[in-house]
Amino acid sequence: MSEGDVTSRAHAPVGEEELGGTDRTIKLNIFRGDAGGGEEVEYEIPYVEGMVVLDAVLYIQAHQANDLAVRWNCKAAHCGSCSAEINGMPKLMCKTRIDEYEGKEIHVGPLQAFPLIKDLVTDVSWNYEVSKGITPFTTSEKAPFTLYEEDVERLYEPKSCIECFLCQDVCHVLRTHHKHPEYAGPRFFVRNQWLEMHPLDEANRLHDLKEKDGIGYCNITKCCTEVCPVGIHITDNSIIPLKERVAGEYYDPAKWLMRKIRGRRNGDRAAG
Amino acid sequence: MEGNGHSGSTAREEYEVREHDVLVIGAGGAGLRAAIAVAQKGMSVGVVTKSLLGKAHTVMAEGGIAAALGNVDPDDSWEQHFIDTMNSGKFINNWRKVEIYAKEAPAGVIELEQWGALFNRTEEGKIHQRPFGGHTYRRLAHIGDRTGLEMIRTLQEKLLTTDAEVYMETTVTKLFKDSQGRISGALAYTRESGKFILFKTKAIVMATGGWGRIYKVTSNSWEGTGDGIFLAYDAGAELVDMEMVQFHPTGMVWPPGVRGILVTEGVRGEGGILRNANGERFMERYDPQRMELSTRDVVARANYTEVQEGRGTPHGGVYLDITHLGYDEIMKRLPTMHEQFLKLADVDIAKEPMEVFPTVHYNMGGLKVEPESCATTIPGLFAAGEVAGGLHGANRLGGNSLGDLLVFGRRAGEGAAEYVGQSTHAAGAPDEEVQEEIRRVLEPLTKKPSDRDESPYLLQEELQEAMMQHANLMRDEDSLKEGLRKVLAIKERIPNVRVGGSRLFNPGWHAAQDIRYMANISEIIIRCALERKEKRGAQWRLDCDELVEEYGKINFVVKKNEKGEPVIERREIPPMPEHLAALFKKEKTKV
Repeated sequence: MSEGDVTSRAHAPVGEEELGGTDRTIKLNIFRGDAGGGEEVEYEIPYVEGMVVLDAVLYIQAHQANDLAVRWNCKAAHCGSCSAEINGMPKLMCKTRIDEYEGKEIHVGPLQAFPLIKDLVTDVSWNYEVSKGITPFTTSEKAPFTLYEEDVERLYEPKSCIECFLCQDVCHVLRTHHKHPEYAGPRFFVRNQWLEMHPLDEANRLHDLKEKDGIGYCNITKCCTEVCPVGIHITDNSIIPLKERVAGEYYDPAKWLMRKIRGRRNGDRAAG
Repeated sequence: MEGNGHSGSTAREEYEVREHDVLVIGAGGAGLRAAIAVAQKGMSVGVVTKSLLGKAHTVMAEGGIAAALGNVDPDDSWEQHFIDTMNSGKFINNWRKVEIYAKEAPAGVIELEQWGALFNRTEEGKIHQRPFGGHTYRRLAHIGDRTGLEMIRTLQEKLLTTDAEVYMETTVTKLFKDSQGRISGALAYTRESGKFILFKTKAIVMATGGWGRIYKVTSNSWEGTGDGIFLAYDAGAELVDMEMVQFHPTGMVWPPGVRGILVTEGVRGEGGILRNANGERFMERYDPQRMELSTRDVVARANYTEVQEGRGTPHGGVYLDITHLGYDEIMKRLPTMHEQFLKLADVDIAKEPMEVFPTVHYNMGGLKVEPESCATTIPGLFAAGEVAGGLHGANRLGGNSLGDLLVFGRRAGEGAAEYVGQSTHAAGAPDEEVQEEIRRVLEPLTKKPSDRDESPYLLQEELQEAMMQHANLMRDEDSLKEGLRKVLAIKERIPNVRVGGSRLFNPGWHAAQDIRYMANISEIIIRCALERKEKRGAQWRLDCDELVEEYGKINFVVKKNEKGEPVIERREIPPMPEHLAALFKKEKTKV
């Protein structure tokens, strides 16, 4: 194919990939193993400018360890699939730049709050079970709704959750104390929050939050907020308001007395 | 490929058997909406997804859902939405599909709101609508720049309230038909354990999305390998307009790891300006009326041409500037973009322009379906979403994909349920056929090592390079022919793919399955691109004229023949009925 003719113009610009190449190599220690056990393996790969940990892991998978198990989808921090622990911190691999670790070792391992399947992949199916148990959006109003931008702004934050489950991973109630059967975890307090705050929702989830979702176990250490990759103030904006509503409903002496006299149903409705 | 040099065990493999009235393959917007429709009819539905629930590519949709609600511009109507969509598709769209779509999209949006989806509002408290390329009126219902996330989460949470059974991280490898040629089942394996499942079912809704991964630079996730379209084609279904591949005008270019990641059209919708390295607002030269809000095919070619002609940025793109909106407005309308550029590219889009270049984004072509029921040409097989063709013609308008998922996801689910309700035949597949398929799927793991072994990853990369080079947004006959030679050579090498490790969550083994889909689809795309000798929408043949009349009246329909080769048929588009044709006459007198 000659230069300058119609054919050569039909090609994509090439050679751009070389632009980011450097002479540097980097090393990563990645956990390899399954439920039967495992250990870290060191890999050395070429460094490309601006690369993220997921780029490195996918390079290793393509060139050095074809069966390296890792989850990923969008590669742009929108889907929350590539959750892992990098040097012990729960993070999205697609959003963690290699150059953040200049001069430091890099250790990549699976989430600790869930059963290991293989390498960087854990069994997070429990989360979907919890989600299924939450009373969904319930309204007797018929859409289209009249709703205002200030309502949207309040709901926008909890709604931006990408379900990466990093908050679940870091939460000591799950990670250390394994309270999975009686505790929903930060992600699902966030979901409860927007449902409870939606101006048109008519369900009451306070009883479930107290009894089934175990919101009382949370002692507000704010670890979940720290790891949230989309910046949801999980503790301040989701958990604390829900805790206050549960406390108001169940530990307020006046309400307690009302419930005794009039029965639970009335009390529930009053809180809704 | 099948039966090629078995070296593995021929022992019988155990598999689980599951039965559903309808099996939905894919859990993006279309699959979820279809599954909800089936469940609402009281039927048993299984949903198979390659990823975890809620991670499908719909999550990446940013700009919004196109629907003529008329909330911001009261003059909008389904008729105008119809006209815009047909114009953008250069009239090779299935006009009946477009008509249904334009009429039903508003109800789809309202239904989402009923189920808890959140949208930005107008001052009167209605759903706000933003402008987008090629739409006459402000038409896209949206929530910031993460409408897809809102949509998938809403549908996912709605699905969880039904009895639908979800098979996460499960891959279908074959569709089974009975002696009458009707769908009777599908074989799948779970990625976690490598265990096989035979689904006995009379109806399947294919909702597997697109095949952007056949290109190197794409906004698509690893999942977009075209499993669904290939499995349906392999089972005998017809495909339509496969040459039509959408290059989104604005993908990220720098650093290399983010190349191809989508920059939402919402940036241009909100007033983003494109400039070349000389500071020229070059869209003046390509579409002076609509400028940045021209259709995607036009803007993508403009961006591409600027770089080709030497007016590109240092990293080989053009500038997209939204700084005039200011930090506060950007954080309100485009927060995801702000975060994405700041974190991944060290660029603060409130202070400096982005660098962008076209990226493979969407496939207009797909399975040929009946507009009303979404039935394919195989009895019992239905299709919706990106995997189905016909709606978008030669170029898709932004926002018409999310609407497509809602309208035709529902119709496909209802179509499948109705079909099952009327049928009395048995479902299932003979054990020998199942065993044969299992052996084929296991081949890359079980075969003996040889010096001809190929890595599935590197073979995929080679294919992606070839498609990038020869079937890009500008095409010509010589280059396409060269591309076809390369793709066919890669196809020959697929039986040599071998991977190490076990069946336990082994991405290498999964990649070995995908390459077959990718190579076959690539071949079909190139063959169709060679046939359509004109410039029309996304098919831009440098060696041909623009909008050649004879091609404006036909679709290219592809089907597998007895020898397993793709055969391309020119099928005439039936004339538009008077009530639709009249819309364009009125449109002309208006101008």
